[in-house]
Amino acid sequence: MLQTGARITGAGQVPPVEVRNLRKVYGDVVAVDGISFSLHPGSVTALLGGNGAGKTTTISMLMGLVAPTSGEVRVFGIDMVHNRHAALHRLNFESPYVDIPMRLTVRQNLEIFGQLYGVVDVPGRIREMAEELRISELLDRHYGKLSAGQKTRVSLAKSLLNEPDLLLLDEPTASLDPDTADWVRSVIEDYCRTHLATIVLASHNMAEVERLADRVIMLERGRIVADETPEALIRHFGRKNLEEVFLDIARRRIPETVRPLKIVD
Amino acid sequence: MTTKLHPQTGFAASARRIGGMVRRHWYLIRSSVPRTAELIFWPLVSMLMWGFLQTYLAQTTSLAAKAAGLFVGGVLLWDILVRSQLGFSVAFLEEIWSRNLGHLMMSPLRPVELIGSLMIVSLIKLTVAMVPVAILAYIFFGFNLLSLGIAFAAFFANLVFFSWALGLISTGAVLRWGLGAESIAWLIVFLLLPVSCVYYPVSTLPDWLQPVALALPSTYVFEGLRGLVLDQTFHGDFMLRALLLNVLYVSGALALFRALLESARKNGALVQLGE
Repeated sequence: MLQTGARITGAGQVPPVEVRNLRKVYGDVVAVDGISFSLHPGSVTALLGGNGAGKTTTISMLMGLVAPTSGEVRVFGIDMVHNRHAALHRLNFESPYVDIPMRLTVRQNLEIFGQLYGVVDVPGRIREMAEELRISELLDRHYGKLSAGQKTRVSLAKSLLNEPDLLLLDEPTASLDPDTADWVRSVIEDYCRTHLATIVLASHNMAEVERLADRVIMLERGRIVADETPEALIRHFGRKNLEEVFLDIARRRIPETVRPLKIVD
Repeated sequence: MTTKLHPQTGFAASARRIGGMVRRHWYLIRSSVPRTAELIFWPLVSMLMWGFLQTYLAQTTSLAAKAAGLFVGGVLLWDILVRSQLGFSVAFLEEIWSRNLGHLMMSPLRPVELIGSLMIVSLIKLTVAMVPVAILAYIFFGFNLLSLGIAFAAFFANLVFFSWALGLISTGAVLRWGLGAESIAWLIVFLLLPVSCVYYPVSTLPDWLQPVALALPSTYVFEGLRGLVLDQTFHGDFMLRALLLNVLYVSGALALFRALLESARKNGALVQLGE
């Protein structure tokens, strides 16, 4: 594992996410194979890897949706296997692959999630989100009738309703046009900067990762094969961008100069 | 953090989250006239069919004449069981059909609150479906469900409790095995129709099948209805037995739901559920 650039959490500070020896086995398939990492408050960490590398399983275990076979997941110091509900109001999640009810209007959906998360002033927060995410004119339209870009904006509004301290984003700009995708990235950047929130990002868009992430955890076959800043990874691999690094790792073209840096074989 | 959140624990927090889920389904019910009409459609068709059959039989046989209201009462009570169970199960299936379960499962909503909301939604759907049908039963066939008085309250409570137990089993199965188990939600209650003895006494069943019937709370409700209509006797002991059985069924179903949910978390089914 390459780990020259990982930051260290200050003494006494509870890390937003702490994973130790996390392992998930489905039958004969090892989806996640004993990974450990810890995230720093206010950081944006990208979980990268090809299909089946273990990203979704890892994120699902962070949220407590999947129980690990062994190991430990703590979010804000809370054990997510046994006591996840003590932490869930401080988290939120956005993914184009998990919808919100199609037959309800945007406003109705946001009202319901506001109530579930215990937001004190739900109408006020919806107004605020609608302005920030430019969805005011969509509030009384059915979610199912929106375009992909509009749905992403609404889904982001849902994920920011409770002002989460930890935001999990699964391919937040998948299937968006470049303009909308760029705008979504700006929103994420702004949110992270203004709220000092910790963000975990799963994405196949390497340009997006280079722009947003200050740390990259690269997974392959359930193991962490690299854990670095995007710049350091590009430098170590002698490549021009993260996409080329990703291809090198996926195709196991690890340069000799990098081998001593303990890329897991 | 500048957005203020209510406290996340305690009765008020649970009530608020349950309220959120009930609101979600209420929005859905009121948003579509065809969906509301669908709730009423089958109970209405059944009630009319059995009502007219009863009217015909009353003209030709003395027993049917004496048992006026038996079929209509039976079908109305049976539909309470069916609609309540489907109201519970379908409200849960809506979350899977709309691919919303992931959001709910990682929101602060507790599983027990999800169950509480499904119970309330089932009562709302039951009311929407059965009140117009019960009124029409009175208009068409002169059968007034409320005239059963305290007995109706006992019948209603026992049927609804049992429907929740069936709803918990079917939704637990869907959680664990995905939409492949959806048919359980639609069929489970109808498997019990022959052995619940809705339209005939338990003694009609073969000896070996009678213990199965007597293990179901619903059987005591329909036996109780017959006692009331034919002998004008309210069998409180039947209702008590039904209630005790319901305590067992609901507790067992809750334990099963919990176990299936844990199993779904272990095998990753929660993140794969969807259409």
